[in-house]
Amino acid sequence: MSASFVKGMKCRVCGTTYPVSPNNFCTDDFGPLEIDYDYHSITEAISRSKIEMRTWNMWRYREFMPLDNDPTVGLHSGGTPLIKANRLGKALGIEDLYLKNDAVNFPTLSFKDRVVAVALSKAKEFGLKTVGCASTGNLANSVAANAASAGLESYIFVPADLEKAKILGTSVYGAKVLGVQGTYDEVNRLCTQVAFKHGWGFVNINLRPFYAEGSKTMGFEIAEQLGWKTPDQVVSPMAGGALIGKVHKAFQEAYKCGLLEKEPTTRFFGAQASGCNPITDAVKNNRDQHKPVKKPNTICKSLAIGDPADGYFASRLIRDSGGWGEDVTDDEICEGMLMLAEYEGVFAETAGGTTLAVARKLLQQGKLSPHGKTVLLITGNGLKTQDAITSHVEPPTHIAATLDAFEAVRESLGDFTPLAKTQFKTQLVGV
Amino acid sequence: MSVRVQIPTPLRPSAGDQAIVEVTATKVGDALNHLIEIHPAMGGKLFDNGKLRRFVNIYVNDEDIRYLDMLDTAIKDGDEVAIIPAVAGG
Repeated sequence: MSASFVKGMKCRVCGTTYPVSPNNFCTDDFGPLEIDYDYHSITEAISRSKIEMRTWNMWRYREFMPLDNDPTVGLHSGGTPLIKANRLGKALGIEDLYLKNDAVNFPTLSFKDRVVAVALSKAKEFGLKTVGCASTGNLANSVAANAASAGLESYIFVPADLEKAKILGTSVYGAKVLGVQGTYDEVNRLCTQVAFKHGWGFVNINLRPFYAEGSKTMGFEIAEQLGWKTPDQVVSPMAGGALIGKVHKAFQEAYKCGLLEKEPTTRFFGAQASGCNPITDAVKNNRDQHKPVKKPNTICKSLAIGDPADGYFASRLIRDSGGWGEDVTDDEICEGMLMLAEYEGVFAETAGGTTLAVARKLLQQGKLSPHGKTVLLITGNGLKTQDAITSHVEPPTHIAATLDAFEAVRESLGDFTPLAKTQFKTQLVGV
Repeated sequence: MSVRVQIPTPLRPSAGDQAIVEVTATKVGDALNHLIEIHPAMGGKLFDNGKLRRFVNIYVNDEDIRYLDMLDTAIKDGDEVAIIPAVAGG
């Protein structure tokens, strides 16, 4: 890349501009800082055909990323499949359903590989040697893996009660892992203090303005995979609430810079677990500001952020775009995971189950339309949250290694049916 | 009551370049008011028309005041009040 298209950073509340630095908030009013781009120059520099000639990964949209030079970390992230989910769509009654499958992102099987690729490339541009994050798991995996490959020291802070697979999938890369006794929000507060005290690059704290931009690539990919068109509806899981906003931003930028013919009118729907639903609660009760949830209680730990940094912006986007927000119980989340697996062969983590179960609930409420193109964002891999689903899956039938033994049990295994074994059993609450 | 107020690094130029400012107060709101008396530049950053700004969180001994009594939260000698930007994480 020859030139940077970044003008600086800008406060999302008061518009004050700042030079690029490892800082995430406005010193006038604590508002979040966002990257300020020169869209005119981006428009001149890119075109559909130029993008289409590039390798199929997130960096084909590099002009929209806040780096001064070519990326140096996470060079193979993004470029995940957009699956046309015909069987699932039919089962749910959604006409034109797609799954954006970041459960197979590289290197650590979640959408966080996109944001970390940007944050650590930027950390290297800043000359930082030590990086870190506050994480509910997926981010921990990705920071640890990408820091290892970039030769950076990493400090990863997670709630001590996190799923074993997510802790192991962090420690294995040689990261310094701190299991903090407390909720994610307490981990996050501690990390803010550590980041500023030591001047380290915490990807979702002082590097957050750069980090969050990586999520836009999920939106650019969806638009390109739909033939440079935006979907009518997007259902996004929400933890900190940034992803949903960044996908929206990507659609807007793609239009502004001439990659789309039609102005996007996508309606955005947000999904949370009922045991931690600050954003959907704010949407449903028409509150401007979310009420923080002190003690999240859900199997969906990756979404268990009680005090989401982007809660205000996410709930506003959902309402302004004509979408809605809903939350679902742990049982509904498990059923959602099974439906994704049995109908589409996608083993998503609990957040994926949440997103599907919320889509189903919104459809039954008449908030989500059965018509038009609908994309569900699948952000993480089910292999990381096996604990949540183990008791819901039938154990294998054990037999002797003989044909007779197989024939003896064959009938009890049942006939093949194109319908999934799992049907939604839970009664919908609040429909 | 003497309490210590932690200032986040990027705001220290408005607080005499100090990491910690000692103030005297019995409630969190009074502690912040005392801080502003000492360093008036902090006033407009923390408050907007008398209301604590949306993206600033205040903690007393690591507990968020939204789970306590907000600005009326009582504080005692030796307590630590931390001003922490809210736009982190996720």
